[in-house]
Amino acid sequence: MKRFEHDSVISGIGQSRIGRRLGLSALELTTASCLNAVRDAGLTVRDIDGLCTYPGGDAAATAGYGGPPPAAVQDALRLTLNWYEGSAELPGQLGALVSAAMAISTGLCRHVLVYRTVTESTAQGAQSRSAVLPGARAEASGIDYWTAPFGSVSAVNWLALLANRHFHDFGTTRAQLATVALTQRAYAARNPNAVLTEPLTIDDYLGARMISSPLCLLDCDIPVDGSTAFVLSASDRAGDLPHPPVFIEAVGTAMRGRPSWDQYEDLSAMAATGAASHLWERSALRPDDVDAAQLYDGFSILALVWLEALGFCGKGEGGPFAASGALGPSGRLPTNTSGGQLSAGRLHGFGHIHEACTQIRGEAAGRQLEPAPRVVAVSGGGGPIAGCLLLTAEQP
Amino acid sequence: MRAWTLEDPLLQRAVPAPDPLSDFFWASGADGELRILRCLSCGFYLQPPSVPCPRCLGAEVVPTVVSGTGVVAACTVNVQQWTPGQPPYAIAIVELAEQRGLRLTSNVVGCDPDDVRIGQAVEVRFIHRNDVYYPVFTPSDQAGR
Repeated sequence: MKRFEHDSVISGIGQSRIGRRLGLSALELTTASCLNAVRDAGLTVRDIDGLCTYPGGDAAATAGYGGPPPAAVQDALRLTLNWYEGSAELPGQLGALVSAAMAISTGLCRHVLVYRTVTESTAQGAQSRSAVLPGARAEASGIDYWTAPFGSVSAVNWLALLANRHFHDFGTTRAQLATVALTQRAYAARNPNAVLTEPLTIDDYLGARMISSPLCLLDCDIPVDGSTAFVLSASDRAGDLPHPPVFIEAVGTAMRGRPSWDQYEDLSAMAATGAASHLWERSALRPDDVDAAQLYDGFSILALVWLEALGFCGKGEGGPFAASGALGPSGRLPTNTSGGQLSAGRLHGFGHIHEACTQIRGEAAGRQLEPAPRVVAVSGGGGPIAGCLLLTAEQP
Repeated sequence: MRAWTLEDPLLQRAVPAPDPLSDFFWASGADGELRILRCLSCGFYLQPPSVPCPRCLGAEVVPTVVSGTGVVAACTVNVQQWTPGQPPYAIAIVELAEQRGLRLTSNVVGCDPDDVRIGQAVEVRFIHRNDVYYPVFTPSDQAGR
């Protein structure tokens, strides 16, 4: 089957400094990650003819959630563009990469810079998370309209409801969920860019303060400042790169249920199900062919949801699967090998793509999986938005 | 008519932005009744409100009184103090008795938040605040109290 995914490769990857309260502008972080990615691809900014980001908009107005819009980055780097996009209405954060692949496949452009920048740690500053939550404002509208009037103001509340349903339907336990946080923290200890590296014990987990039951503080990712960028190039460049190209085997972009935190038909799975099914419909590979996974973990429960949706374990079996040690470096499916958003920091989906490429290229140093994975599943989002990718070392 | 002299467990409640399709929902409790938009052609309940009916595309959809009874489909006790000094409170997704999958996010009040359970039968009450009648739920076994 001819698929648009095969018309481009990830030719370059780059990151800025990543940390807590760096106090740097979102634009400065973004130009750093973008230039690193362009150099990594063996290109110059004059070669870049496409620019794409999630979510676009305005870093200041969104309390560090949105990075600089394409126009700001285009101007800062004096790019000449044939195509650009900055959008949040996509199949998860990685939807920006999907858009870029489509733009290349249609012939609009040949080298697209794709970036995602967050400055949530600096924006939040010394204040609590409530200072930057749209749902905690006096007037409820948009995505918060039906939830904020009942004090369901944060994604932790929305995912706690999902987790509660998962616990009820399948007997999932906090001890099982803890293995996600503990395994990822152990990976983070071997990632020099991770922000949380102190070893975690099950007692630390069970003793952590509750945020919204059954999710405690250690089930939540940690806001950081940082920017991640990729160069996506037309695949005829694949033999001519300074680093091994990473291929896009398939994308999963489907939304097959009601896109809502409380109306989705299956409250213990939500949109991941449709996106994951779509992914496998677009690939001859099967879950058994996957060597490692980078699964969106804004909250620990989402990693379990993605494991199930993508078919790495049965429906409802994510808890026992994680507790079996499957996610560790010698497990069946090493997962979130950078430490994920729980420990490496909330790079909001793009950190997962970056880690997948780093592992496939064999450049993950102290946390490098041996042998380097040839097929990595990546997911973004969860709840009412979701998207996923299969990235490979070999040309599809 | 149901009383709304409930003690509100929330120190702050966000006010829904004005919306021509949904304003009725937040005003409905003035007479103690919960109303959900319903299709006149096929009887389907629509939540959130939309038009036309997604099942039969009927254009006539009207706010309709429902029983106000349902069961808890998912629940959480929020402990994090988004508002300083806020005690823990129960958030629930309540599935209404009228139709499978007809759900509201709300609060379960009038009981210990830790006692709320999936499958628990609940009944609507209203908290009148900010010129809004917020529909919340109490355990049905306490309805007579």
